[in-house]
Amino acid sequence: MSVKQRIFPTPESDPDTEAFWAAAKTGKLMIGSCKSCGEKHYYPRGMCPHCGSSDVGLVQSSGKGQIYSYSVLRRVDPPYAIAYVTLDDGPTMMTNIIEADLDALSIGQKVELKFSPTADEDGAPVPTFKPA
Amino acid sequence: MSINGKAYIAGVYEHPTRKAVDKSLAQLHAESALGALADAGLSKNDVDGYFCAGDVPGLGALSMIDYMGLNLRHIDTTESGGSSYLMHVGHAAEAIALGKCSVALITLAGRPRAEGMATGTAPRNYGSSSPDVAFEFPFGPTVVNMYAMCAMRHMHEYGTTSEQLAWIKVAASHHAQHNEHAMLRNVVTVEEVVSSPMISDPLHRLDCCVISDGGGAIIVTSPEIAKSLKRPLVKVLGVGEAPKGQMGGKVDLTYSGARFSGATAFEEGKVKPSDMKYASIYDSFTITVLIQLEDLGFCEKGKGGAFVSDGNLIAGTGKLPFNTDGGGLCNNHPANRGGLTKVVEAVRQLRGEAHPAVQVANCDLALAHGTGGSLGTRHGASTVIMERE
Repeated sequence: MSVKQRIFPTPESDPDTEAFWAAAKTGKLMIGSCKSCGEKHYYPRGMCPHCGSSDVGLVQSSGKGQIYSYSVLRRVDPPYAIAYVTLDDGPTMMTNIIEADLDALSIGQKVELKFSPTADEDGAPVPTFKPA
Repeated sequence: MSINGKAYIAGVYEHPTRKAVDKSLAQLHAESALGALADAGLSKNDVDGYFCAGDVPGLGALSMIDYMGLNLRHIDTTESGGSSYLMHVGHAAEAIALGKCSVALITLAGRPRAEGMATGTAPRNYGSSSPDVAFEFPFGPTVVNMYAMCAMRHMHEYGTTSEQLAWIKVAASHHAQHNEHAMLRNVVTVEEVVSSPMISDPLHRLDCCVISDGGGAIIVTSPEIAKSLKRPLVKVLGVGEAPKGQMGGKVDLTYSGARFSGATAFEEGKVKPSDMKYASIYDSFTITVLIQLEDLGFCEKGKGGAFVSDGNLIAGTGKLPFNTDGGGLCNNHPANRGGLTKVVEAVRQLRGEAHPAVQVANCDLALAHGTGGSLGTRHGASTVIMERE
């Protein structure tokens, strides 16, 4: 079990994503949703990458998903597990797997959302996942 | 309309340096340019088109054009990481076919070793205005862990093994032993690759390419000019380029843009993968080679592990000799961008100028393929097919 946790850089918000990071501060993971084609997307943005409509908004994710792929970077201190997690809501997103035995991760493993604080105390947390 | 037969590669040069503490970046570009011009039998005043990517110093191409004193009528600064230079070959052929230039110069150079860059294991930040950065950079995406995730997924879906990936490095090392400029000239075994230190699961140190300074250049000309020179004729038969990204969250790490760039290039060249006598395949990591070989059609998707095993990529014994200079895995990965040198070794093979120990007999058709950016996030793919006339 890795005890040391890396310090997450604080993400910078911009007019395109400020609603996403404001929701993150309240513990909600939002994903992009297109009102025109109905498809979800990640990361959220001002146009639908599937159909091209700008009629997009945010919907809350259940925060549940499974590991699509992962890798533990060993040559840094502390080692950490980067991953793509496929949300039960649809999209696959880049994240870190935390609070886990880094030697016991597997593709398909069920995980759940747990926001991690970032370097700037006043900044937004980032959506990370732990084994469900 | 097609560029098939409309342009020739008349000159190539690979800078011999692998650690350039005594050279500036501009100097490396210029020395590479002069090397390729000398190889072609041309001078810098013959150049009327210049192609470069983000590794040049200054604003776009302007500083290097001024440094070299070029008088141009065509400029192209297409930036797509390590695949840029293969795109430049295609764009040069297009410009030449349209009469926009007749002697195109492409340069690449960089000094990551001299500058002490942590190429593989430090997260790269393309700036907060890049729309993906806030959603990725906090999680520590590096060059190596992004490709490692591709390898992990490939192993999961298709049963690919570390031993199979290791064969790619083994083949590259067999070639590099004959290259006096190669950074790593020792022949390695599968066992040595899989027992080298784990960098980012499942990629070991010997699954990773070298970090090197250096550079290179390519001269593409019109058919008339190429035929007026004294060098063997290498014709551009077909080119293709394609981007691939995360597709709005429909992430699929098992294939690359080579699926599309390769198909386009083969169609334009009116040839097929089995016609190729030699292939230069971008090799930032062993997994990069395996995924691209599948996507280019050299074997079925998912069968890359079996295809690369048992020395099948080694010149003289394998069915598809690849990266006979030792590639990025053993020879050189200048500026952390290996695309240009892929064209250089393919041209050497087509001219019969590769090292005799790795020269492919009757090498009349060759492919060079590059990937730029990251297979794990977003990348450009570019394929160039060439024929010795």
